[in-house]
Amino acid sequence: MTDWVVDARNLTKVYTMGDVEVHALRGMSLQVSQGEVIAIMGPSGSGKSTLMNIIGCLDRPTDGEYYLEGESVAELTDDQLATIRNRKIGFVFQIYNLLPRATALANVELPLRYAGEKNRRQRAKEALEVVGLGNRLFHRPNELSGGEQQRVAIARALVNNPSIVLADEPTGNLDTKSGDEIMELLLRLNKEYDTTLIIVTHDPEIAEKTQRAVHIRDGRTNHSPS
Amino acid sequence: MSIWQAVIEAFESLTANKLRSGLTILGIVIGVAAVIAMLAIGKGAQASITGEIQGIGTNLLFIFGGGSEEVRNPKPLTLGDAEAIADPFAAPSVEGVAPVLQGNAEVAYGGESVITSINGITPSYATVRNYQITEGEFISEEHMLGQAAVVLLGPDVAEELFGRKDGLVGETVRIEGQPFRVIGVMKEKGGSSFGSQDNLVFVPLTTAQTRLIRRSTRDRVDNILVQTVSAEAVPQAIEEVTQILRTRHLTEVGADDFTIFSQQDFIDVAASITNILTIFLGGIAAISLLVGGIGIMNIMLVSVIERTREIGLRKAIGARRMDIMIQFLTESSLLSLSGGVIGIGLGWGISAIVGQIAAANNANLNPVIGIDALLLATVFSTAVGLFFGLYPANRAANLEPVEALRYE
Repeated sequence: MTDWVVDARNLTKVYTMGDVEVHALRGMSLQVSQGEVIAIMGPSGSGKSTLMNIIGCLDRPTDGEYYLEGESVAELTDDQLATIRNRKIGFVFQIYNLLPRATALANVELPLRYAGEKNRRQRAKEALEVVGLGNRLFHRPNELSGGEQQRVAIARALVNNPSIVLADEPTGNLDTKSGDEIMELLLRLNKEYDTTLIIVTHDPEIAEKTQRAVHIRDGRTNHSPS
Repeated sequence: MSIWQAVIEAFESLTANKLRSGLTILGIVIGVAAVIAMLAIGKGAQASITGEIQGIGTNLLFIFGGGSEEVRNPKPLTLGDAEAIADPFAAPSVEGVAPVLQGNAEVAYGGESVITSINGITPSYATVRNYQITEGEFISEEHMLGQAAVVLLGPDVAEELFGRKDGLVGETVRIEGQPFRVIGVMKEKGGSSFGSQDNLVFVPLTTAQTRLIRRSTRDRVDNILVQTVSAEAVPQAIEEVTQILRTRHLTEVGADDFTIFSQQDFIDVAASITNILTIFLGGIAAISLLVGGIGIMNIMLVSVIERTREIGLRKAIGARRMDIMIQFLTESSLLSLSGGVIGIGLGWGISAIVGQIAAANNANLNPVIGIDALLLATVFSTAVGLFFGLYPANRAANLEPVEALRYE
């Protein structure tokens, strides 16, 4: 069990909306090993967002077990989950989610601040250099292209040396060329740093670039070769 | 995250929306300015009133008729009382006694006339009250004995009637239609909170009794001023005077038909009045601070909603509840603190202007801004920001990261 970075078993998630119970996950299991690159695919409403939220420790399952690097996280408090997200998980969102008023450097520094790390500036600078933005340190998001903003977001995800990078439609808002560059960057970083990469996507082309695609339908895994 | 970082971040976020931040702190600015100005003016007023009372003399007692309501047959103060108090054996602590009969009447000269305060006095009044004359002579024993129709003019009355303050000795004015010869003009004493000390005239007490101010009892006086041998002898003198008057008025113990005020009593009364005034004005100021705080709460709630996604992102990358709390509390208290600082400046300006206006009107009022007022304003405005920021900050901290990230 400790071999898996992500070991989720029999996850269920039930949302109550008024009188209606929505079963977003119905006994979903997923195991991901260290350094693996996988794609989570499925139509909208399939439960892939819910799964990603639980894997990313943003949400708790209604039932089931989830071990992150061997540690059970299903029962932790909000603040404990926040600390786990800070240390072990890097998020890359479709719409970048950068702080609009902060420079690229300050955006990348943010996770280090919440971690109470020293030497933040230096580490943030290095992370930006890794994603090829060493010359854009003091630009604000509105002075950067979409691809560049997503690179800043990737630098932010990586700066704490997380165990997993969770990317939710990372190329969804980009043109093909920038999208390809972002995918290349993510895959290169996976090779160089052995970071586990989980990509949620609609795009079969992206799924093909990963080692394994997990298809979800109606809150259950629907394994298929890729 | 360090506090310093939080402050810088809060500052950046507030300056990103300057107009809104400015309008939001306006309530606090006005509230604090009101507090500062009120306290300064109140303090200035108290200082000037105290100063004026002290200017009367530290060794004066004022005796008024009337006292406890339990006295069945209260007797008024009389000339006899004054003479008894002046007895150096019965009252060794008393230096001088000046009975006064007071009334208002019309004083006229030529076509001019003025209603003013008529004071029937004895020669000892000059030393007891430390009055000085610029020309002529003071009221003498001969004037008293002869019930002379002579008058001493206060400088304001002289100015009103003659348009000048000198060369008036020998002129004749009419009081209640009766001719009075001017024997002198008083030196200016200046205005005071008890009305002008210059807008009055003095006549011999006996003259006032017989011709101007009719009272039921013939030798009745309105009040008696007592000068004690020293400021330290005031309590002793009060004791002696009380004994003499109780004996003469045959009142029961504990129910006097007269009241003795020392200068300290006046200062205490004045202080309690200005204190009430200060509390009242401070209450108004506190209300405006409260309103300002509600304004801050309102804008912070808007800000939390606007920045829902940002809060979600911060939580996703590891912000704990407390981190978000601190972020928003820092913003709200920075808002109100800057409002407080600007308000201190504005309040200082207002009190300076009030001081200028008072000076232009010859009123003796110097607004005083104390360190305590500055501290009070700073602490209070920050506390208002903290208190009213609490609810919005808590709301931000309690946002679910998943929901917040999904917020459009």
